[in-house]
Amino acid sequence: MAKQTETDAVTGVATTGHEWDGIRELDNPMPSWWLYTFYACIAFALVWMVFYPALPFVRGLLGNTARGDLAAVMATEQAKAEPMLARIRAATPEAIAAEPELRTFALAGGRIAFANSCAGCHGAGGQGAPGGFPSLADDDWIYGGSLEDIRTTIRHGVRNGEAAEARGTAMPAFLQAGLTMPQIGDLAEHVISLSGAGPANPAGAALFADNCAACHGERGEGNRQVGAPRLNDRIWLYGGDKASVTRSIAYSRAGVMPAWEGRLDAAMINMLTVYVHALGGGEQ
Amino acid sequence: MKRFTHALIEKNLILLGVLTLLTVAIGGLVQIVPLFLVETTIERVQGIRPYTPLELMGRNIYVREGCYLCHSQMVRPFRDEAERYGHYSLAAESMYDHPFQWGSKRTGPDLARVGGRYSDDWHAAHLRSPRDLVPASVMPPYAFLDRPLDAEAIRAHLRAQRAVGVPYSDEMIAEAANDLAAQATPEADASGFSRRYPNARQAAFDADPKVVTEMDALVAYLQMLGTLVRFSDVTPDQLRQP
Repeated sequence: MAKQTETDAVTGVATTGHEWDGIRELDNPMPSWWLYTFYACIAFALVWMVFYPALPFVRGLLGNTARGDLAAVMATEQAKAEPMLARIRAATPEAIAAEPELRTFALAGGRIAFANSCAGCHGAGGQGAPGGFPSLADDDWIYGGSLEDIRTTIRHGVRNGEAAEARGTAMPAFLQAGLTMPQIGDLAEHVISLSGAGPANPAGAALFADNCAACHGERGEGNRQVGAPRLNDRIWLYGGDKASVTRSIAYSRAGVMPAWEGRLDAAMINMLTVYVHALGGGEQ
Repeated sequence: MKRFTHALIEKNLILLGVLTLLTVAIGGLVQIVPLFLVETTIERVQGIRPYTPLELMGRNIYVREGCYLCHSQMVRPFRDEAERYGHYSLAAESMYDHPFQWGSKRTGPDLARVGGRYSDDWHAAHLRSPRDLVPASVMPPYAFLDRPLDAEAIRAHLRAQRAVGVPYSDEMIAEAANDLAAQATPEADASGFSRRYPNARQAAFDADPKVVTEMDALVAYLQMLGTLVRFSDVTPDQLRQP
């Protein structure tokens, strides 16, 4: 129990009345600026609780919600961009690329959309990555490099099982389709020789004519209709060494790309089309 | 005028007890009342279903590896997040999460809507070696996930989830091991699996259908995140919370 408070002789301030080994504590009042700030905060909190949602079942006089705020902000920003977006949505990618004002807008918007939605697989500059993620900055196109081809690929994707018009056909796994591992080795050597990167293999050439030429072409020139990649260049999706090519033939490969229609607005897909086309490999 | 001092409370045992009880009661109510009202905050959207056994095992790996330390699963209602990740997260989308994986820090991107944005191959390759695909990434490699999944206890996992409120039926628990294998094997008969778990995707998630690995489970989980609600069908009325 505290003793009677007394006044400290030196400072003239009352003590708390507690004493520890002869040491007593001054009972200075809290600074008034601090105290009044504290009271002001309490008052502010009470006002806040009236206007904003703070208690269960009470909306607050302003009827404010975070979701409502978001809807309002999105609507405002959408309205700002809508005049340009409406023109881009209505135009064909060819028309956008031909009109300087639209093209500039589309390249700026496409760059952002690419960074967010495409760069994870195709790389920040569209350079692609080994393991089936094609470069978009070269002129080797699996499904075509015209603006319309690119837009179709973006809209429906590849082998994703979600879009009916998705691109891509299934290559057989030739180890299951009747070829033996030595035959596949011959075939791999022939495929590598198509681009002059290895010696010819006559046995492989015969197998190629029977099993591969229908899709990849007699000389490995590829077929964009079915998405059979060109084999007579030195650009490889899954590696051009014998082990990688052997694996591709034996077990097949099937790259997948999501369909972006439904995820992205039509205007955004048009902007992406023009941007990807401008990455370096766009065809007329 | 007599000034108010703490000595007044300190010296009166009954007053001290009453005021302490009052203060603790406020703190308790603030924590307890929302638990009784949590049902009312869940939006009435269609499509939410419990995790499939394979997804649940993938989720367990997600928790085990501490993915939540760097990845949130919560798209907040802000414009920058909506533009980048998509529709803000709903309470309904976490209703079968025990515990939820909202996270509180984003060293990596938010994953609440990552499902379907990349291919299965990409996820497997990226988990094995993130910098092969994203050069600036600081994510550690998880190549060791290419080991067989230990799913011995899958029925117990489902039962544990049911004990905390996830509506797994007796049939789901009985068929858990079969459903797990069926989802990871594209050739398997999936009629029962698809009926029990509508819109669940069947695939060889790590490109090898022969062995069900931890990679299969984790990729299956990642690929369904944020995909259950079709926002094109959602009306504003369904999103309203009381």
